[in-house]
Amino acid sequence: MVLILGLIAQGVQMMLVLVLAPLLLGYTRKLRAHLLRRRGPPILQPYRDLLRLIRKEVVLAENASWLFRSGPYMIFAATWVAAALIPTFATRLQFSWTADLIAITALIGSSRFFLALVGMDVGTSFGGIGSSREMMFASLAEPAMMMIVFTLALLAGSTELSVVAEFMQTNASLRVSLGLALIALIIVALAENARIPVDNPATHLELTMVHEAMMLEYSGRHLAVLELASALKLLLYLSLIACIFIPWGMAPAGSGPAAYGTGLASYLAKIGVGGFLLVVFETSIAKMRVFRVPDFLGIALMLGLLGMLLLFVSRSF
Amino acid sequence: MPLVIALSCVAALIGTACLGVAISRTRGAGAIIYGLCLLTSLVALAAALTQLMGGTSVPAAVTLPLGLPWLGANFRLDMLAAFFLVVVNLGAAAASLYAIGYGRHEEAPERVLPFYPAFLAGMNLVLLADDAFSFLVSWEFMSLSSWALVMAHHRVRDNVHAGYVYLVMASFGTLALLLTYGLLAGSDGSYAFAAIRADHASAETAAVVLFLVLIGAGSKAGLVPLHVWLPLAHPAAPSHVSALMSGVMTKVAVYGFIRIVFDLSGPPAWWWSVPVLLLSGATAVMGMLSAVLQGDLKKLLAYSTIENVGIVFVGLGLALAFKANAMPAAAAVAMTAALFHVLNHSIFKSLLFFGSGAVLTATGQRDMEHLGGLIHRMPLTAFTFLVGCMAISALPPLNGFVSEWLTFQAILLSPEVPSWGIKLIVPAVGAMLALSAALAAACFVKAFGVTFLGRPRSTMAAEAQEVDRWSLAAMFIFASLCLLIGIIPGPVIDTLAPVVNALVAEHMPVQAADPWLSIVPIAESRSSYNGLLVFAFITVSTLAAVEIIHRFASRAVRRGPAWDCGFPDPSPATQYTAGSFAQPIRRVFGEVVFLARERVDMPPPGDLRAARLTVTLRDLVWDVIYAPVGGAIWFAAEHLSHLQFLTIRKYLSLVFALLVFLLFFLMLAMLVWS
Repeated sequence: MVLILGLIAQGVQMMLVLVLAPLLLGYTRKLRAHLLRRRGPPILQPYRDLLRLIRKEVVLAENASWLFRSGPYMIFAATWVAAALIPTFATRLQFSWTADLIAITALIGSSRFFLALVGMDVGTSFGGIGSSREMMFASLAEPAMMMIVFTLALLAGSTELSVVAEFMQTNASLRVSLGLALIALIIVALAENARIPVDNPATHLELTMVHEAMMLEYSGRHLAVLELASALKLLLYLSLIACIFIPWGMAPAGSGPAAYGTGLASYLAKIGVGGFLLVVFETSIAKMRVFRVPDFLGIALMLGLLGMLLLFVSRSF
Repeated sequence: MPLVIALSCVAALIGTACLGVAISRTRGAGAIIYGLCLLTSLVALAAALTQLMGGTSVPAAVTLPLGLPWLGANFRLDMLAAFFLVVVNLGAAAASLYAIGYGRHEEAPERVLPFYPAFLAGMNLVLLADDAFSFLVSWEFMSLSSWALVMAHHRVRDNVHAGYVYLVMASFGTLALLLTYGLLAGSDGSYAFAAIRADHASAETAAVVLFLVLIGAGSKAGLVPLHVWLPLAHPAAPSHVSALMSGVMTKVAVYGFIRIVFDLSGPPAWWWSVPVLLLSGATAVMGMLSAVLQGDLKKLLAYSTIENVGIVFVGLGLALAFKANAMPAAAAVAMTAALFHVLNHSIFKSLLFFGSGAVLTATGQRDMEHLGGLIHRMPLTAFTFLVGCMAISALPPLNGFVSEWLTFQAILLSPEVPSWGIKLIVPAVGAMLALSAALAAACFVKAFGVTFLGRPRSTMAAEAQEVDRWSLAAMFIFASLCLLIGIIPGPVIDTLAPVVNALVAEHMPVQAADPWLSIVPIAESRSSYNGLLVFAFITVSTLAAVEIIHRFASRAVRRGPAWDCGFPDPSPATQYTAGSFAQPIRRVFGEVVFLARERVDMPPPGDLRAARLTVTLRDLVWDVIYAPVGGAIWFAAEHLSHLQFLTIRKYLSLVFALLVFLLFFLMLAMLVWS
């Protein structure tokens, strides 16, 4: 019985992130449009786009390989699994111990690996430019992420996200390392999701595009799956920040429906606020040149390293 | 019993080498020699596995009446040797299987066939040796036979240079090991390992021993700055030998390090881990940065070997730190991580070298700028190469991720170490490890993307044919091992337990007891990982997505020309190349590490001359360390060569002057002494 309830809760979480991801995208787009004094598309527009896309036929380039056709599904699956393993409304779900934060980072790395590969499959110059730059960003963003993981793991004594969240719920105190980790994580999240100032999700047909350039040859259902994967990734990073830095309200292990309800409500509120802050940040600054991005990410890496170093040193006192 | 079998296998390999000399010029000799090597390696593999799994903690030992008359040749098979025998013979078996097909394309089989079994025998002997004399002789045997294999294609100019550098570095490394054993044996010259183990070296001696073994074993393994020979020599050999040198011989070097530092030199001092950790962090980053910038597929793989050796040595350094500070549980995690990575790297690096060999056979090219689009012509090779690339980039759920994850877990245990030096170094090493892991992903996206994806950049690539079944079988076996070990790593960790126990007096918790086959290094509340479930989740959600979309939405496909923002260019030269893929990384990291400079020569409007982009990279290690030393030796040799053509009278007076000088020196020494 306990197992069945646990499985149901885990299943709800998997479906929740999947359903919520396009909504978050529509919400941020709408907010952004309002801030720019436009009316913007309806909040539900991403769902309509996805439905339209999956019904269309796929136009494949003549020399696209099997990797090009299967890549989107693998990218989607890796992102989905990673997003579903991050505690959203409750900690310690049935399979929360399957992968810790390091493994979740690596899962995101897997989806990026395949995205960069499919970008090179057709052999166009735009695909190559996207893959090459994405991997350059990742070569700094991923170590920065690892430094953040190390900082959290040293504080909480665990790399399991549920344990980290519970630790932060009970031992909440202001720490320098945590502040550094939060700033670093925000920078990494902006870079990983191709948001301004690193990349512009709304741009196309520009030499500056990175993320879009890799998906340029995709159409139809493949494009839909990739769009859904990037929406999931945005939700994943917001959930991660919420789970670690504002863990209050999450239902503890084995609690009843009321606690789950509160958890869900607080989760939605957190994501709403997070999305709002993201949009305000994005509208208030400009996009960087590509070779400014390494400096930006370098800041994240240094902050993460500093946070970790502080913890290593402070252990002895 | 396993020891006797292993020694018989070595004898059989040496016999095969002699047979190789006799029949190498006849037709079908390759199949016979490689077939025999395959059988022998499988037997040795089985023997080592029974020793490893059987759990008899008392190691078997024999003394053969060979070598030094008062010492004999001592051989012993303990758990550590058994584990490395498994690694060596697994790699050897796969390489032999691969070579049954690949070897048919060899132009000069008489330069490969006799040395290949000898090389295998040498590596096996190093692991079995139980006295300094047999160890060094086997080590040198291994070095020289691999040198002969590097020189197999001796008419290629670069190979001669590679062979020369390799020979110099190998001799230098062996010299360091010779001095190591001299110090360990002490003045009474007890060269048997049992005797060395029994009387612990003093702290000062042990410090010098650590330094020497880092040079001796480190140069063979490819630690920066002793790595210069490796990216030259490994790619120069035929691909199955490259696989063995990169995947297996570097592991024999790691064995040498573990044997001397963890087994023979007594309890470690706290600071031993400091040089090991610093060197390993630098090795990981330098190796990977160089790999990303390579345009030659086999060179890229060789540089990535350096990075992986760095990861192994990070684990070993942490194990040393924990062992010295009496933290056996943490030491067990670090040691398990290092040994696990030894096994994993031997598998995926061999696989990748097999793949590069297949590409070489099919196209005659190693330079990625002439490849591309091979996924269409060689789909099976492409698939296995992709698995290897994913494994080496540490992507879950493959095997490379498990050992890197364990290494990271070991790093997270290190704030408990009391000594300050280690406290300050470990975070930096962790950052370097994370950086090299991220660069590895970039490097292998480039390796796979430029070689196998896109459009063919030459006619050879456009007309490539899939390789033979033997090679494919070897690649598929290793690709499945990558996946299998990645999704059920628990049994491997349990098998490593007795090895780790022998080295750091503790082992990781028994993983077989954990539910759902997950792995738990210390406690479940601390960290756990379940490759099987991750694999199952990814597979199920991929299949579900495919099924739902195909069933309820659309499965229509139309082929058309590439979109490319409306301006597709038919020339394959407009694709991203290996060089252009690495350009952003070169710009970000290379300007500091390699002093990379780009010079653009853009002709003014109206001038019809072509524009030129010149990129200069400097290998600082070579320029700062090797070039001055080489220059000094050259200078000395140049000037001393005048002594070669003197008359006999002048020689006699030189000898007389030297004698007088020595006597005078002796007299001075006596005076000071008294």
